[in-house]
Amino acid sequence: MTDCGQQIADRVRAAAAEATPLVIRGGGSKAWYGDPPRGDTLDVTDHAGVVEYDPGELVLTCRAGTPLAELRALLQENGQHLPFDPPAFGAAATIGGAVACGFSGPARPWTGALRDYLLGTRVVNGRGEILRFGGQVMKNVAGYDVSRLMAGARGTLGVLLDVSFKVLPRPAAERTLRFACAQGEAIRRMNAWAGQPLPLSGAAWDDGSLWLRLAGAQSEVDQATKTLDGRAVEDDGSWQALREHELGFFAGDAPLWRLSLPPATAPLDLAGPCLVDWGGAQRWYRGAEAPDRVRSVTAAAGGHATLFRGPPGIERFHPLPDAAAQLQARIRQAFDPHGILNRRAEAPA
Amino acid sequence: MNPVSQDRLLDELRQTVPPDILLHSEEARRPFECDGLMVYRKLPLLVALPENAGQVRDILKTCHRLGVPVVTRGAGTGLSGGALPLEDGLLLVLSRMNRILEIDADNRTARVEPGVRNLAVSEAVAPLGLYYAPDPSSQIACSIGGNVAENSGGVHCLKYGLTVHNVLQVKLLTIEGEELLIGSGALDAPGYDLLAIVNGSEGMLGVITEVTLRLLPRPQTAQVVLAGFATVAAAAAAVGAIIGAGIVPAGLEMMDRLSVDAVEAFIAPGYPRDAEAVLLCELDGGAAEVAEQMRRVREILDHEGATSITVSTSESERLRLWAGRKNAFPAVGRIKPDYYCMDGTIPRRELPEVLAQIAADAADIGLTVANVFHAGDGNLHPLIMYDADQPGELEKAEALGAKILRRCIEAGGTVTGEHGVGMEKIDSMCEQFSAAELEQFHALKRAFDPRGLLNPGKAVPTLNRCAELGAMHVHGGALPFPDLPRF
Repeated sequence: MTDCGQQIADRVRAAAAEATPLVIRGGGSKAWYGDPPRGDTLDVTDHAGVVEYDPGELVLTCRAGTPLAELRALLQENGQHLPFDPPAFGAAATIGGAVACGFSGPARPWTGALRDYLLGTRVVNGRGEILRFGGQVMKNVAGYDVSRLMAGARGTLGVLLDVSFKVLPRPAAERTLRFACAQGEAIRRMNAWAGQPLPLSGAAWDDGSLWLRLAGAQSEVDQATKTLDGRAVEDDGSWQALREHELGFFAGDAPLWRLSLPPATAPLDLAGPCLVDWGGAQRWYRGAEAPDRVRSVTAAAGGHATLFRGPPGIERFHPLPDAAAQLQARIRQAFDPHGILNRRAEAPA
Repeated sequence: MNPVSQDRLLDELRQTVPPDILLHSEEARRPFECDGLMVYRKLPLLVALPENAGQVRDILKTCHRLGVPVVTRGAGTGLSGGALPLEDGLLLVLSRMNRILEIDADNRTARVEPGVRNLAVSEAVAPLGLYYAPDPSSQIACSIGGNVAENSGGVHCLKYGLTVHNVLQVKLLTIEGEELLIGSGALDAPGYDLLAIVNGSEGMLGVITEVTLRLLPRPQTAQVVLAGFATVAAAAAAVGAIIGAGIVPAGLEMMDRLSVDAVEAFIAPGYPRDAEAVLLCELDGGAAEVAEQMRRVREILDHEGATSITVSTSESERLRLWAGRKNAFPAVGRIKPDYYCMDGTIPRRELPEVLAQIAADAADIGLTVANVFHAGDGNLHPLIMYDADQPGELEKAEALGAKILRRCIEAGGTVTGEHGVGMEKIDSMCEQFSAAELEQFHALKRAFDPRGLLNPGKAVPTLNRCAELGAMHVHGGALPFPDLPRF
């Protein structure tokens, strides 16, 4: 496990000089996400390994090519975890890919998003310069928080080299409760509970069944189980299957839309199956409605729609107003003036 | 471009905004010459007190057209001189925009104008059993717009995060007067996560006209334990042991003997007088959970050699124990006429070492430092005591402050945990960041504010400024600590 930072920076600098686009590649587990980029492959999987981990500090620093599974195992050995519980979408997933995509698991509304735990990064910008932002401390307001900006930027602002995360102790106890109810009732209940001091760490609904995850001290979980009067069930791996899109809902080839919404939004008027996660704030839709309608219905409710998986030729991301889109383009240019990092192949017709 | 005269700016602004929101006489401008960092003072060219976002937009458009720089100010409680005015610039004061626009109980959010005071949000939503978690010490006075600009923390951010973790959406006006919606009413938004950089942007990227805050259910119960220790190192070890045991307290604060003496003399909260350091550890959550964790924390404190342990048994006792911590700054202010509050963060394990270095540095320079700080997240607040009326003391205090920040960088930390860089720590930024990193910050700013009219000269130093400092501090043109890991 060596530090390949300098080699990666040299490669980017050479590419910048020739204006050759580069496609950053880690484990490839999420290569299908977003617009397909074009260019020469920049494989970063050799830049791997934990740089520093002191459980008492609650901070872990590792190279971006480190497999997610390896980090999970290491943290587990120490009774800790990545609280944002990122989906891997494949055994080869790396922490760098997780940061670049910025996905968070079912506990996100309660424990926070990936970006919330990202304390620092070392990156190579589009000029081939190695830059460090943030650090390994919990509180840091020196300079703009560029590290968190990297989360979800899909490698378009820099090649991630090292990342530092705040990590947390695993909850002492967890329990899953199930309730039979319709979608609208489930959303109402989830939001009512989220307004109370309950130890929630998951609230999802699929096909007539609301499932709630409690996490915290044993006494707290026991108390909440009594208060909520739900049916306690064994965790049969459903939460992990939800996180990894391995539930039956996600099978098949129908387009998969991710709808990000204010959590209490009533069920949307869209024909076809919908799965509710994040206590209502993230919903997955698999119906056949036209993309424009999916977007307009979601936007009218104060949210945005992403075509998570689907046929080529349809715009993946929710369009931005002109002023915002221009600002985003200027920000990209500030980091990658030659436009070489994960540049999209072609705009859909 | 030549500086624009006050008369000209006033004439132009009066074309679009009511004259009574513009303060131009010297006596009206004088109260705005500094923020919470009172050693820096400058009289602004003009002060504007807009009452709504439309007026802010009109003011920005005029300033942009004339090339007049703009410094934004909220309640003026900032501690790094971020709202220090410019003599050739307009000071845009948002304190009159103080309405709570909407409370959404179902989605647990509050939409507020930037001048709303931090505490006013929690007070307004208390009937719903909700609250706004970030609680900077100045929460009675400081306003939400300033909290966002500084990414403010507080006593409870160990468990509940900083401002950046609790803001869902910001309405931002660019210097051109264009409105941007950053974030959304959902948990994320399309495109780059600009909330990440707007929080903590110190008025450099845009002017905040509205903020949507995430509200949390108020924990069922909270209990605090106060423990005395014979040494600072023992107290620091106890901090590590509590967190290492898998407990995340709602707050974990430390005060050294000097601070304890000061608060005992001031309000007598009943802190142990024989301790070299005291820890305050607050646990919150369900009653059963808090009781269980409190039992474990007591065991740890005993094991780590606490010389005294007091657990609050009522809400009034909890508040009394906190009162000592909350009054520490004014209490220290009674010992010496002036104090200078520093704000570095270091990895927790470095606490004993760095605190010992600070004490030694202070003794070398002939000043005294009291320490009151957020031990749980390694955020130090050394209070350098001095007397500004004694010639040379302010300079000594500033020199000691810079040295303390250098210690924080050397320990793998940062020059500011929650107060911001502002004017105060601008030179220390040259030590924490490389030239390429600083240039990347400037490039990011230019994406928002190409002409550099928003709060110029703050937060990120120019490379020229650093080069001049480098010439002052080191030989051979090298940057300070060239081989220091800056991660």
